[in-house]
Amino acid sequence: MAGSKEIRNKIKSVENTRKITKAMEMVAASKMRKAQERMRAARPYSEKIRSVAANLSHANPDYKHAFLQKRDVVRNVGVIMVTSDKGLCGGLNTNAMRLMINKIKEWEGANAKVQATAIGNKGLGFLMRYGIPVVSQVVGLGDKPHLEKMIGPIKAQLDQFAEGKIDVLYLCYTKFINTMKQETMCEQLLPLSGDKLGAPDSSWDYLYEPDAKTVLDELLERYIESIVYTAVAENIASEQSARMVAMKSASDNAKKVIGDLKLTYNKARQAAITKELSEIVGGAAAV
Amino acid sequence: MATLHVNIVSAEQSIFSGDAEMVVVPGESGELGILPQHAPLLTRIKPGTVKVTLAGGAEELVFVSGGILEVQPKALTILANTSVRAKDLDEAKVMQAKQAAEEALANRQSGQERAVVQAELSQLAAQLAAIRKLRK
Repeated sequence: MAGSKEIRNKIKSVENTRKITKAMEMVAASKMRKAQERMRAARPYSEKIRSVAANLSHANPDYKHAFLQKRDVVRNVGVIMVTSDKGLCGGLNTNAMRLMINKIKEWEGANAKVQATAIGNKGLGFLMRYGIPVVSQVVGLGDKPHLEKMIGPIKAQLDQFAEGKIDVLYLCYTKFINTMKQETMCEQLLPLSGDKLGAPDSSWDYLYEPDAKTVLDELLERYIESIVYTAVAENIASEQSARMVAMKSASDNAKKVIGDLKLTYNKARQAAITKELSEIVGGAAAV
Repeated sequence: MATLHVNIVSAEQSIFSGDAEMVVVPGESGELGILPQHAPLLTRIKPGTVKVTLAGGAEELVFVSGGILEVQPKALTILANTSVRAKDLDEAKVMQAKQAAEEALANRQSGQERAVVQAELSQLAAQLAAIRKLRK
């Protein structure tokens, strides 16, 4: 019975792998629920700030903020790429990178230079290897993203836009649709289009303190930050659900492999017993 | 007595939501007491305590680290910052993020090129397609 010990060891190792993937699946499931809650918690702020910004931009047609002005020629493109920090989450990051490559090709085809901000480790590594200049980055956000950590990287791109070093800013992330479905998105962040802000709920002008310009400047910056924060929160929810699905299929596969191995093991065992029996019978007959 | 619908939200969570008789806010140019039917107002607020007087007379205190106050005749919204913001502080954060990017760039391996990554990626995509086919 030479093979049986090896098969037994193999079964044990696959069983251990299955335990790990099963545990990761359950951890991801609970983290996903929390990530979804966080995603929902961010919604009131982004909705409120959107409606205030819509009101404002309608009430003040004379003051055009730089963020609202469309530029005719796009020579430089900025992109904020949101990915996960860790792997083992199915095709999540691969899909984001593929979309990114297509977009970069498209932009470079139009003779535009691309510069990027990386949020998340995987995207950072990708951008580095792909040779896209990374102007700012943040990694290791963990399961509870804090806006505070993202302010710097986002502002770096906003400053570049305000200075005219980039003409358009995009945001790439994975949108959470449901547990089974996530969609890679690439949205234009700047210049802000009027459609994205939507129509105001009501039309009136405000009293401003200290003046309209200061308030609008701050508001728009916060608005962009809130969009990016929401994208990061969505990305984390997508990551956890993608991981959950990937680990579930890994556990299922491990189960199948264990079944196959057990079958082989039993066959080998039976063959050995039959062989031994026939040897005894043969020996008895010879006597 | 008329009430005012108050919403205090930050980018990460909703802090307070409810009806109030009066709200006292630390405005940029001084304390502001807002009653129902106030004229539409938009202003920045300083870090400080927002005092919300609820319909029953009870008071609720909320600390905000700055933000934007929007007043409509029947509603009041405070878009609170998640942390204390100052221009130079923000600047420092930008510098930090840039530095991190530059450091990472310096550490990156030189031999790897676009083609390699693309090849890797197309391989992964092929694998993915194969797995999908196998599953069907």
